Amino acid sequence: MKTNNPGRLLLIMLVVGWFAVLIMLPVYGIVQETVKSGLSLVVSSLNTPHARHAFLLTFWITIAAVIINTVFGIIIALVLVKQKFRGKLLIEGLLDLPFAVSPIVTGFMFIILFGPNGLIGSWFEGQGIKIIYALPGMIIATLFVTLPFVAREVMPVLREAGLEQEEAAYVLGASPWQAFWRVTLPSVKWGLIYGVTLTVARSIGEFGAVIVVSGNIINRTQTATLHIHQEFTDFNYAAAYSAALLLAILSFTLLITMQTLNRRTNES
Amino acid sequence: MTIAVRNIAKYFGSFCAVDNVSFNVEKGELVALLGPSGSGKSTILRIIAGLETPDRGEVFITGRNVTELTAQQRKVGFVFQHYALFKHMTVEKNIAFGLEIQKRPRQEIAAKVSELINLVRLQGYEKHYPSQLSGGQRQRVALARTLATEPAVLLLDEPFGALDMKVRQNLAAWLKELHDKLHITSVFVTHDQSEAIEISDKIVIINRGRVEQMGDAHDVYEHPGSKFVASFIGQVNVIDASILDNRIMIKDTRHSIDNISDIPNGNDIVLLIRPEDITLEEKSGERCLPCVIKQIHYRGSFYELDLDIGGFIIKALENKNSFKREQWKQNQQAFMHVKHYKVFETEEGHNIIREQLRQLGYIE
Repeated sequence: MKTNNPGRLLLIMLVVGWFAVLIMLPVYGIVQETVKSGLSLVVSSLNTPHARHAFLLTFWITIAAVIINTVFGIIIALVLVKQKFRGKLLIEGLLDLPFAVSPIVTGFMFIILFGPNGLIGSWFEGQGIKIIYALPGMIIATLFVTLPFVAREVMPVLREAGLEQEEAAYVLGASPWQAFWRVTLPSVKWGLIYGVTLTVARSIGEFGAVIVVSGNIINRTQTATLHIHQEFTDFNYAAAYSAALLLAILSFTLLITMQTLNRRTNES
Repeated sequence: MTIAVRNIAKYFGSFCAVDNVSFNVEKGELVALLGPSGSGKSTILRIIAGLETPDRGEVFITGRNVTELTAQQRKVGFVFQHYALFKHMTVEKNIAFGLEIQKRPRQEIAAKVSELINLVRLQGYEKHYPSQLSGGQRQRVALARTLATEPAVLLLDEPFGALDMKVRQNLAAWLKELHDKLHITSVFVTHDQSEAIEISDKIVIINRGRVEQMGDAHDVYEHPGSKFVASFIGQVNVIDASILDNRIMIKDTRHSIDNISDIPNGNDIVLLIRPEDITLEEKSGERCLPCVIKQIHYRGSFYELDLDIGGFIIKALENKNSFKREQWKQNQQAFMHVKHYKVFETEEGHNIIREQLRQLGYIE
């Protein structure tokens, strides 16, 4: 094959150009706007109590979503790949539903279900537990929108790994629990890390579903994305851009770290 | 150190994969379970290991009934066809796995691992990952990993099936050598009759989930107990014939050969002749059939001949040293002397046998 044909060059340029327009330019825009406001303003606008509270809230919601969805994602993947049961196809189809449903619709579904007059919400209301317009509702909404990531990333790796490695562990004397920890889990490590990364990125960035169920109460149920939205609509552009840049940097660092880790282990 | 399988049966849905199979493996024996793919031989091996549960029957290892035990409790060694190495672990870690599960002291594990690395001749590969090894090396790691826990019996599922010809022969010879050294009671599954003949002490021939025949290699090769065994063990020519005037009459011809069986006149039979039992002669004699030479193929250490008798094409193998190539031409009339042959009644009809052979790839 010729290595220097113009078609190949054109394709590379197309990809680079597409990335420039769709990804690099907007990032550059935010950086530009933030820098324009000056460093001291950036720091002070990020250091307000409600900005800090918003980022902290995003942090806790992300932690909760990652832990719960990692555990359930692995269980879902194991069951869907290794077990045979009626309705498996239906469950597998439903797994993608959170991708297909608009986050705002998701939000309303949870308000109907968990709201003070909702099917489940009214019972919790009786116990004095608030779900909607409170942290539990926001976590549930985030769980829903990030549900497929871990399961979807782990399933193909699990399928490819097959049963033989686990069987080998059993005949070597391992219990099912030992086989899971020493063989199954390490063999799906990369799928799992990728799934968790996507879960984190989506949890940090989720807006639509969370704004509906949270009520967007400053210092109470306002996450980082809601905070950016708030500052933007209040014409506090410097604060909005600073927070947006910080959020973008967080997500970007996460992805880059995962990429380098992945490359390093592939090379060794 | 012995294995006894008693009347085991296994169904997958309504399909009977293993049908009332019994056999013994004595201490230190290397036994081959030989059969075509889908014959149930791997399932039998997996039942012995505890990776499948039989629907009926019992498995005894060293006299103890292990039927109700899990794979984890049986302490057998199992080598998988596709190695089943732990991909995320180095060669060293793979071999150490069973010992780590047993929580043996670290020094003991290290000593055992290096001993096994030497045994399977993989010095210098300790820190390699399975993906960095060739197929033959991977299979040796798998074997070392299995031997590490010093299992009472060793089970190998098509251990060389995924390897290419040359590596396969080397590794098979090496396994035989290893077995002679360690004397571990072993069962291996194969569909390759030459592999079975070459390295096993005893062959159990499996067909359609049943034991067709058991015996040492010489036994099953020279005295096949059924058409299936005869055709499966080694290549064989299948010729339709019938008994007439107490001679075997080749179908649609006037050629005949002595009836070595006690099948009465008038019955349809099949005549089985191994290619290596045929020698080409210029003149007719006892146990000779007239034929026409169709093709002579040079195959390195031997010649493969296509001979036509009355429309049947028969394969014959001639040793390179004794065969006088220049003496023979294509389409020449000659006589084939048949040293040994077998006769079976065609109660099932020729077509069934032919279909079976076709599936095995012996005829087209």
